[in-house]
Amino acid sequence: MKLRRRQRERLSLGLQYLVFIAIIATVLVAADWDRLADAFFRVDIIKSMFPTIITVALRNTILYTLGAFAFGLVFGTVLALMRLSRVAPYRWVATAYIELFRGLPALLVLFLVGYGIPIAFPEREIPGGVFGSIAIGLGLTAAAYMAETIRAGIQAVPKGQMEAARTLGMSHFTAMRTIVIPQAFRIVIPPLTNELILLTKDSSLAYVLGVTAQTIEITKFGRDMLNDRVNATPLLVAGLAYLVITLPLSQVVRRLELRYAKAR
Amino acid sequence: MTTVSSRPAVEIRDLHKSFGPLKVLKGIDFEVGQGEVVCVIGPSGSGKSTLLRCVDLLEEPTAGKIWVNGVEMTDPDVEIDAVRRGIGMVFQSFNLFPHLTVLNNLTIAQRRVLRRGRVEAERVARDNLERVGLTDKADAFPAQLSGGQQQRAAIARSLSMEPKLMLFDEPTSALDPELVGDVLTVMRKLAEDGMTMMVVTHEMAFARDVADRVVFMDGGVVVEQGPPQEVLGAPKHERTRAFLSRVLDPTHVAQLGGPDRTGPQSAG
Repeated sequence: MKLRRRQRERLSLGLQYLVFIAIIATVLVAADWDRLADAFFRVDIIKSMFPTIITVALRNTILYTLGAFAFGLVFGTVLALMRLSRVAPYRWVATAYIELFRGLPALLVLFLVGYGIPIAFPEREIPGGVFGSIAIGLGLTAAAYMAETIRAGIQAVPKGQMEAARTLGMSHFTAMRTIVIPQAFRIVIPPLTNELILLTKDSSLAYVLGVTAQTIEITKFGRDMLNDRVNATPLLVAGLAYLVITLPLSQVVRRLELRYAKAR
Repeated sequence: MTTVSSRPAVEIRDLHKSFGPLKVLKGIDFEVGQGEVVCVIGPSGSGKSTLLRCVDLLEEPTAGKIWVNGVEMTDPDVEIDAVRRGIGMVFQSFNLFPHLTVLNNLTIAQRRVLRRGRVEAERVARDNLERVGLTDKADAFPAQLSGGQQQRAAIARSLSMEPKLMLFDEPTSALDPELVGDVLTVMRKLAEDGMTMMVVTHEMAFARDVADRVVFMDGGVVVEQGPPQEVLGAPKHERTRAFLSRVLDPTHVAQLGGPDRTGPQSAG
């Protein structure tokens, strides 16, 4: 007997649900939940991680991320403006920098900043100690990525905006600062959010600089606990701690985009 | 600067402008007197918008000289930002700043360029919004306005800088037909108030009623100019006549044998 179109659709969808439920059920039944809970969800270990994971590790992760993002944003904007400059050497320098630092692993750059600068300038210290080293080390790489994003944002602002600003008597710099760049940043909020979330996770590279109990961040904290207790529970908690940062962040950005939508 | 009022508002001598190999302006001599309203008409590609943009130095002339209110714009050392304060420019695409409210569109240059305080800038802005009939739109964003309202806000933005000369680059070409009238009314009022205006336009009725002088351009040169009743009513040149018949009576172009229609369309 031939099925009608709607019957065929219902049958097809029903089969898909069935397969999905079967897979979940198999995993649920087959998994050894007691052993899993013992390896990843020991309540006593979770308890012992608080409050340090919040007051020290989470706090430091946020600080390192914001520091690197702020450095990258400022430096990235400068690089973007250099890329768009009429002065050819500015363009060359910016292009060379972007190509170089986009190609190097963030870990390597962080290492070079953390150990190279103290060797090059033995008399001086990087301002802010470990925090400063991480902000600069991660920010140098982030700036290269952000520069290209910001450049694209500036170029996406219609040419007429700059012309209108200039005909009102604004200098090129004033027009850039008050008219073009504010609009460019609204355009690049989504890709910059991406960069911020990537930086949140890259902040786990801080361990190469040898962090202490005061400067420890989430991943290192989780790994230390893992070694200490010979149990994987700290990794689960560390993972959740990152989500505590990134999920609200996405929400805030979504709000921000909605607010700017009417001013487009 | 003492000679400002005695010289023409705009003086152009032997202006040439090329974009790469394309010659757009081929030797323009042109003046706009103080308080005069000049309408520039001509087919698309005739160079009229380029001429207007050269006056404000949005396009760099290839050769020739331009003076605005006695200041030579083509002098490489011209203080361009200072000169532009005295020139208002209105674009076909409005170019309001979309991230600012209408009021802030009108105050930002006053504050950043003229260094006016907030209170004074907002007073000037509101006066000019009243002039163009947009008092109730001060706190709206440009995207919330109709095209006609946006263009009137753009005119008010230019007027807030108290320019001596206003340049209009096809100000109604991007508007729906029923919104054109509001913008033209604002421009007519401005002309009646004695503003010096140079208007590139396709609105022949506006040119006929408001202009002191109409300039017809074609192929990068000024073909003829004079009072509107002469240029529009009794054109001397064949090119002017052909252009006007195409603009004023577009459905009968084929019968008149316009230059861009060479044969009957059924011939293919």
